[in-house]
Amino acid sequence: MIKKGEVVKLKTFKLGGVHPPENKMAAGNPIEPVTLPKRVTVHLNQHIGAPANPVVKKGDTVKVGTLIGKGEAFISANIHSPVSGKVFSVDPVADGSGYKVKSVIIDVEGDEWEESIDRSPDLKKEITLEPSQIVDRIKECGIVGLGGACFPSHVKYMIPEGKKVDTVVINAVECEPYLTADDRIMIEKTEEIMIGIEIMKKAAGVEKAIVGIEANKPEAIAKMEKAASVYPGTIIQPLKVMYPQGAEKQLIKSVLNREVPSGKLPLDVGCVVNNVGTALAVYEAVQKNKPLIERVVTVTGKKLTKTANYMVRVGTPLSVLVEAVGGMPEGTEKVINGGPMMGKAIPSVDIPVTKGTSGIIFMDKAEARRKLTRNCIRCAKCVMVCPMGLEPYLLEKIADKERWDEVEKLAATDCIECGSCSYTCPSSRPLLDLIRLGKANVNRIRWERSKK
Amino acid sequence: MDGVILYSVISLGLVAAGASMILFFIAKKFRVEEDPRIDKVADILPGANCGGCGYPGCRGFAETLVKAADNGSIEGFNCPPAGSEAMAQIGKVLGLEVEASEPTTAVVRCGGTNELAPRKTEYDGPSKCSVSHALFSGEKGCPYGCMGLGDCVVSCSFGAIYIDEKTMLPVVIDEKCVSCGACVKVCPRKIIEIRPVGRKSRRVWINCMSNDKGAAAMKVCKAACIGCGKCVKECPEKIQAIVLDNFLAYIDPKKCIACGKCIPVCPTKAIKATFEPPAPKPKPKPVENPEPESEKKDQDEVNK
Repeated sequence: MIKKGEVVKLKTFKLGGVHPPENKMAAGNPIEPVTLPKRVTVHLNQHIGAPANPVVKKGDTVKVGTLIGKGEAFISANIHSPVSGKVFSVDPVADGSGYKVKSVIIDVEGDEWEESIDRSPDLKKEITLEPSQIVDRIKECGIVGLGGACFPSHVKYMIPEGKKVDTVVINAVECEPYLTADDRIMIEKTEEIMIGIEIMKKAAGVEKAIVGIEANKPEAIAKMEKAASVYPGTIIQPLKVMYPQGAEKQLIKSVLNREVPSGKLPLDVGCVVNNVGTALAVYEAVQKNKPLIERVVTVTGKKLTKTANYMVRVGTPLSVLVEAVGGMPEGTEKVINGGPMMGKAIPSVDIPVTKGTSGIIFMDKAEARRKLTRNCIRCAKCVMVCPMGLEPYLLEKIADKERWDEVEKLAATDCIECGSCSYTCPSSRPLLDLIRLGKANVNRIRWERSKK
Repeated sequence: MDGVILYSVISLGLVAAGASMILFFIAKKFRVEEDPRIDKVADILPGANCGGCGYPGCRGFAETLVKAADNGSIEGFNCPPAGSEAMAQIGKVLGLEVEASEPTTAVVRCGGTNELAPRKTEYDGPSKCSVSHALFSGEKGCPYGCMGLGDCVVSCSFGAIYIDEKTMLPVVIDEKCVSCGACVKVCPRKIIEIRPVGRKSRRVWINCMSNDKGAAAMKVCKAACIGCGKCVKECPEKIQAIVLDNFLAYIDPKKCIACGKCIPVCPTKAIKATFEPPAPKPKPKPVENPEPESEKKDQDEVNK
């Protein structure tokens, strides 16, 4: 534990990184429930991988926790009804990008839960399930990584033969500015998270777990350290505040000083990385049989009179959250879904909360607008801050010229899209936009090549 | 002094003679035999290296043509900019008969002008359709429509396409377009299609790509095809050039006779033509000879 005034050298990753203003205004706000909306829209592709197939049709009655979408592919996840009521329709609805995805629209009636879900607030410490049963339960309950990428969690614990895992790394870094959802759950649901970590350790068959928390969350660190003292093998590791420490490769470097090679997974260096929010969801799934139907969403912005952390059912339109904080502040130019560094601006607040929605941020003109793009002055600041050791200025140029072979050679596919380069660029060049374009094209070319 | 000049002339002359001997023998020994027909074919080709034929440059295409001619046929090969006349000439050089192909042109299939599909959001990222397309559905909110950022304009080697400032939609200049297909390849939403120019430049097409249901499509764009099927019914029974698939009509240019009957029945005016459509009442009769001078004006009117 860090005491006030104490000088400690905190761990962090070595290569690149930036430290944007933290702006964690919502950190002091306890998690509040939000009123149930009249209608929810549940997208069927809230995770990476194949979309879930709908198993309900128009007119069906559902309860909270009823399976509505079945993830049948290897990388896919189940989707459960977050509310009780009647299915209005199963139709394509625009998601945050404006493109339509298959969704289940449910008219809310009351709040009736499936009987199999244990809703009591009692803490259930004893883990009775076997590792394989735990993985099955995680799969059944549709748990996905809550850090943002929404990778189906059960896949991470299906460790292929020949790979050895020795550590579960818990990502409680929350390196994105503004967001405070993980901070709040660590303060309010400490015990549940600890049991969740124990379950994960059992599922992975390891003794050791490391929780990486950035030093700007002293209350969470204190609480977690106190709770962890009774769980041998679980270490709380305070980290220096540095973006993008929450990226799994950077986190592994920070806490274990292991480097994940290019094109490899954390599994190759003996790690399984999960978000702290996922740990809580795993606890609820395994001990309480509760599927992933709600999550904590930070609603914040500099001009807001009230910032908040809400416990929100998946599928709730963002407009409900906007109303809850007293409407959109005047002069809002951009609403961002996610953190300010990696989140995406959304075209309307009618889109629903998904399993990956970590926050909504309201930005005014000064914050939201891109500055005028000027010529590259070859200052190499982007090279200095790139946590993956890439050359963003070069990648941008050759992606703009559509020289995909060179884009591939310069390892654009290693880019984690953290946006540090665009953030740092003194000429405000759209570095990440074009690297992303290059990455997509290289991936497409590789896919076409593999088909031959 | 004289001696210096003399020696220099002699020594340089010897070097020149030696070098020319070496060059002569090398040129003889390593001579590359090239089919003289390649040069002839390449001379006929326009030399724009646009890639419309699908081969690397005009010379690459000429080599391919000669190789194909040796195998017996150059059918299926076409140089879109030069057209069928040049192909016939090439056929003569190679001693083959070439069937005349129909001239084609690029057609933009989106009618979402600034007025009909107002912009609801603002995009301030790099001015590239490919980047915007990967990010979101676009400023208009239509996931099928033109984003107006001009990737097609950049791709065109002939200056045949520009973005209209008023409508913010690309416009193809028929006289300049050689239908090489560069814009078709580059458009991330596949809005541009290569269609036959048509007899007397008369052609009709559905000016929309939206696969959304009618109500949803109308919500973002007043000029959207709503898939009502009225045009399908209006199309003469013997022709049946229009098919409706996934809430979007498509006019088959091979079947269409450009009678224009479908144009006035479209409730959203999503069918576009290069000529004045016939009046819906009384009894629609296909116009045989549109006045050539007024053609450009007509197009403008249809645009509106």
